[in-house]
Amino acid sequence: MSQIKITNLQKSFGDFTAVKNSNLTINDKEFFVLLGPSGCGKTTTLRMIAGLELPTSGEIYLGEEEVGMLRASERDIAFVFQLFALYPHMNVRNNLSFPLKMQGYKRSEIKLRVEEAAKLLRIDHILNSNISSLSGGDRQRVALGRALVRRPKAFLMDEPLGTLDAEFRELMCLELKKLHLDIGATTVYVTHDQLEAMSLADRIAVMDGGEILQADEPNIIYNKPKTKFVASFIGSPGMNFFEIDEGISKDQSFVNIQGAKFNIPKQLEESKGNKNFFGIRPENLTLSNDGGLKGLVYGVEYLGSRKIITLKTSLGEIKVKTDISVNVKLSENVQVKPLNNNIIIFDGETDKSLNSEFIK
Amino acid sequence: MDTSRSYLEPSSFSKKIAAAIIVVYTVITLIPISWMVMTSFKNVDSAISYPPEVLFEPSLEGYVNLFTNRSRQSPEYLDSLPPPKNWYEELVRSREMVITGPSKFLGRYSNSMIIGFGSTFASVFLGALAAYAFSRFRVPLKDDLLFFILSTRMFPPIAVAVPIFIMYRKLGLGDTHLGMIILYTVVNLSLAVWLLKGFMDEIPKEYEEAAMIDGYSRLQAFFKVVLPQAMTGIAATAIFCMIFSWNEYAFAVLLTQFNAQTAPPFIPTIIGEGGLDWPAIGAGTTLFLLPVMIFTIILRKHLLRGITFGAVRK
Repeated sequence: MSQIKITNLQKSFGDFTAVKNSNLTINDKEFFVLLGPSGCGKTTTLRMIAGLELPTSGEIYLGEEEVGMLRASERDIAFVFQLFALYPHMNVRNNLSFPLKMQGYKRSEIKLRVEEAAKLLRIDHILNSNISSLSGGDRQRVALGRALVRRPKAFLMDEPLGTLDAEFRELMCLELKKLHLDIGATTVYVTHDQLEAMSLADRIAVMDGGEILQADEPNIIYNKPKTKFVASFIGSPGMNFFEIDEGISKDQSFVNIQGAKFNIPKQLEESKGNKNFFGIRPENLTLSNDGGLKGLVYGVEYLGSRKIITLKTSLGEIKVKTDISVNVKLSENVQVKPLNNNIIIFDGETDKSLNSEFIK
Repeated sequence: MDTSRSYLEPSSFSKKIAAAIIVVYTVITLIPISWMVMTSFKNVDSAISYPPEVLFEPSLEGYVNLFTNRSRQSPEYLDSLPPPKNWYEELVRSREMVITGPSKFLGRYSNSMIIGFGSTFASVFLGALAAYAFSRFRVPLKDDLLFFILSTRMFPPIAVAVPIFIMYRKLGLGDTHLGMIILYTVVNLSLAVWLLKGFMDEIPKEYEEAAMIDGYSRLQAFFKVVLPQAMTGIAATAIFCMIFSWNEYAFAVLLTQFNAQTAPPFIPTIIGEGGLDWPAIGAGTTLFLLPVMIFTIILRKHLLRGITFGAVRK
């Protein structure tokens, strides 16, 4: 197992730049998730680490070794594909032993390792089955097994749970996490599903437009997003944003939004321009009777333990996540106000969050 | 109302009509072939009798004549010979002839085998490599190259017969097995590349990527992972290539005389040797039909899947 480090990594396809000047360090034994919408460059980054794409510029270090220009077969990494890519003309056992055969292990050693991996993944009873007769979950396990038998320096996974149904995905998520704890392998995992990312990752890197916007632990990504995109991409429902038509100065502790005054955490940085954004998560808002922004109840969604209320206000649509006991009807007039001071101001020009007492 | 079947399913009446059409068509196409097979088992007289005989006493005379050279002798000479050693000698003597040696048919037949299978293998092998490259790599001017490859099929191959004849004479490839294999491979290659590219496109590239990550080179991944999955396409392509090179007549007449002559130009020459020996021609043609038939039957389950492959995405 090893650390993975990428420096100034860039990949262009003709005029299109898929990955822009990226820097990342993935620690040894870390479960690292690359998260972003489709086309953000996360898969390209992963494929470059794997050696399936060669970088246009920049370096990739696997442990101490610079591997950027090495072939995939020379890197000693394992890759789990979204569509599993199990060899359909071989049975499970041959799929698992295929990578070992190349490395010239003895037959007895191959058998031992295959059965060990099969036991770990609980697929030892289907070793002699054909791939086409397996369920999605078993195929997933075989794909993991094929990665596992080699004991590679790192595991790379490209949306491996993407094709499974929701219920099974949750189960496999747990299994993956447990597997990672058991074998402690450096893992880079690509997904567009933020829930998957949140539940699996030691650290998450959020990407958009070929750039890594923020790489941090899940709770920091959620609570202290560095850019407006990160704030909107993470969380369900996403953060509420209101436009502020004025500049933010240092030490400012309130803002005016269309005549309404809102307290904000004390700002430690001033904004670049005169158009900024006020961001607040739905769970940090509350319905109130004594003052606040007036709104019309437009939608109510029950999430079991919580309720999401959508309001139409003079500032636009606002989503509020409340306790299940809050009782409102459609088309009812209510008032809404911040529950606490967990508010982030985003610079309208750079899209970055401004430093404040809350987010430092 | 009958609701036991889906609206998409043809009614039993239209199924019967379809079956009837197929039966009629099959009978029409099989008549000449069965006539040919029947002729091969007739003797020279019943082959040309009028009205034609549908029921006849089967004879192997055609096959004997196909494989032997004979000469007509006087009854006195025949009487002076020792008694015939085997059944075919007896058959020939009953026609007042003696066997002077084996005919050239077996040699021509094996030429056909060597050239047919050789060029089929070469076309499919080279076609698969080219198709893989076109399917996977960023080849400059890819579309133009593919069109160029296809364009070699836009004129009948025989249109370039004269330049090929001259080239082959200069290169010493005329009347050689290698020359004919190269020629048929060149003609078949465009078909092979186009057919196989379709199949290669259908194979997800993740398979060979997985193999490359598992430590295999691209070429190893191609042989171990891509080719086994392209079997259907390879079988279909091989059948088409085989049928062309097996049946090809014009180039074979032009470029081969002795050493590498294939069966198609040889069989008609039987006509010239001592009268119209229709049973021998029938026998030669029947035997000539067999390899392609067997080859196609062996690969037919691939063929049926092969020509409809890619029509519906999975």
